[in-house]
Amino acid sequence: MKILVCISNVPDTTSKISFTDNNTKLNTSGIQFIIGPYDEYALSRAIELKEAAGGTVTVLNVGEADTEPTIRKALAIGADDAIRVNAFPKDAFYVASQIAAIAKSENYDLILMGRESIDYNSGLVHGLVGELLGIPSVSPVMKLDVEGGKAVMSREIEGGKEIVEASLPLVAGCQEPIAEWKIPNMRGIMSARTKPLKVVEPASVTDNIKLLNYELPAPKGACKMIDASTPEKLFDLLKNEAKVL
Amino acid sequence: MNFDLNENQQMIARMVQDFGQRSIKPHVMEWDEKQEFPVPLFKKLGELGLMGVLVPETYGGAGFSYFEYITAIKEISKIDGAIGLSVAAHNSLCTGHILSFGNEDQKKKYLPKLASAEFIGAWGLTEPNTGSDAGNMRTVAVQDGDYWIINGSKNFITHGKSGDIAVVITRTGNPGEHRCSTAFIIEKGTPGFSAGKKENKLGMRASETTELIFDNVRVHKDQMLGSKGDGFVQAMKVLDGGRISIAALSLGIAEGAFDAALKYSQERQQFNKPIASFQGISFKLAEMATELEAATLLTLKAADMKIKGMHMTKEAAMAKYYASEVAVKVANEAVQIFGGYGYTKDFPVEKFYRDAKLCTIGEGTSEIQKIVISKNLIN
Repeated sequence: MKILVCISNVPDTTSKISFTDNNTKLNTSGIQFIIGPYDEYALSRAIELKEAAGGTVTVLNVGEADTEPTIRKALAIGADDAIRVNAFPKDAFYVASQIAAIAKSENYDLILMGRESIDYNSGLVHGLVGELLGIPSVSPVMKLDVEGGKAVMSREIEGGKEIVEASLPLVAGCQEPIAEWKIPNMRGIMSARTKPLKVVEPASVTDNIKLLNYELPAPKGACKMIDASTPEKLFDLLKNEAKVL
Repeated sequence: MNFDLNENQQMIARMVQDFGQRSIKPHVMEWDEKQEFPVPLFKKLGELGLMGVLVPETYGGAGFSYFEYITAIKEISKIDGAIGLSVAAHNSLCTGHILSFGNEDQKKKYLPKLASAEFIGAWGLTEPNTGSDAGNMRTVAVQDGDYWIINGSKNFITHGKSGDIAVVITRTGNPGEHRCSTAFIIEKGTPGFSAGKKENKLGMRASETTELIFDNVRVHKDQMLGSKGDGFVQAMKVLDGGRISIAALSLGIAEGAFDAALKYSQERQQFNKPIASFQGISFKLAEMATELEAATLLTLKAADMKIKGMHMTKEAAMAKYYASEVAVKVANEAVQIFGGYGYTKDFPVEKFYRDAKLCTIGEGTSEIQKIVISKNLIN
């Protein structure tokens, strides 16, 4: 089985977010970048599938040269090779178009990625890739098994889960507990240096969205504690101070 | 020399942090209170390749250099110094001795098992009456045909009870005589070879420390490391690397204590200000950070010389001496910054404080390091 895992390079969840260049760019100074945690689950499942049934796992990242440590980590975890599309990942459509451009010529059986990246959290890329390639896309997938050219997946839905089946090739947006989270070992880290990492130039894509600027959400106000024996105080504050009643 | 972490070191640091948060941190105080040596954890560390960091890939290890090794020990020790100590002792003493002085058969037989943590390794030099003065040891090996018969005891041995093999330095000549000691590999289960009392310690309580007892232990001559009489010289070379280990351990403890104190001092409010805004605290932080940086540079220098194959006895002793003293000082100041809370077991600094003290004692006290340093200064 030939599996493509698309990974995003995102700020660590503990990062303090700020902007530069008139609030048009993320201030990356002091920020540690990681593989998108949902993408990491997708990668872990891909490696489990490869270990069980053979095949190859290729990781793909759309990003500039500074994302290579993140890609190397994916190789250390167990991917066989990597492709970096040498471009800044402007928006979901741009990234999806780059993934589709690579996938068109490679005939992957499975294209896995996280249900969303944890920077913009738009959760669009898997659906767009499916559309661009004309193949099924399913998300969020919590369980994925492949048998006889078909994938059986368990999908989270409101208040329960849905079991779906689709023929390969397909795109899946993954989340835990799809696989046991994998930590690279020392041998993986050592071998990651010698695994192939191919850099390709981006396909030309029309700009649909222009970013004007970023704004941080308003800081959280102080928390007011109200004694449980005085619910009328809560009512008063909600009505007269917060004005939500 | 480039002081930045290389890509491998960054990945190793992250790997240890990820693993440690899930599999070490939740149990630190439990292991400490119960004085429990968590054998299953070491098997997992073996799967990650942390039990054979310096062992070449051909013998089943990770095949990294001392730089990556320091990163691994430091990051583990930031979470739990006791686990850092055990990993360091396993890698640099027992495994390191066989790696440096074992013959091909011995390396093939033991290194893959040590690197995977199928075997946990112990190393025995210290005795009840001879710690720093190793030339007068009383554990004696006497030849009997193809075998050597060992009698005596060792103490303060890391993994004395849970270890699967031990490298033991014995006396095979007259006390104080030139080339009077010889090293042997002894497997657990060899008749007459047993663990004695387990020490109840101030700190490093999750790292097992016991006596080793030898009562007519018959060891085949194939288990000898190098030649008869090589033991002391081998042990000193093993300790050169071991000192880098303990320096890295010290750095981890110091950084763990410093990070906790730095964070707390910015959160803790007194007189409507974070306590870090008071000079009494901020100057402490400045001193701690500077000394930590200096200790780091000394350790990296010793490691760099070791990697280049240079004679680094003096530099390793300096790194061990200084980094361990800095760990004690930084942990002490961290407790002070935490005040009353620092004295309780609800906050991490009291454990760093207890653990740090081992670093100025184990693998040669600070005083012994000063002897080593001065001997290398004065002709």
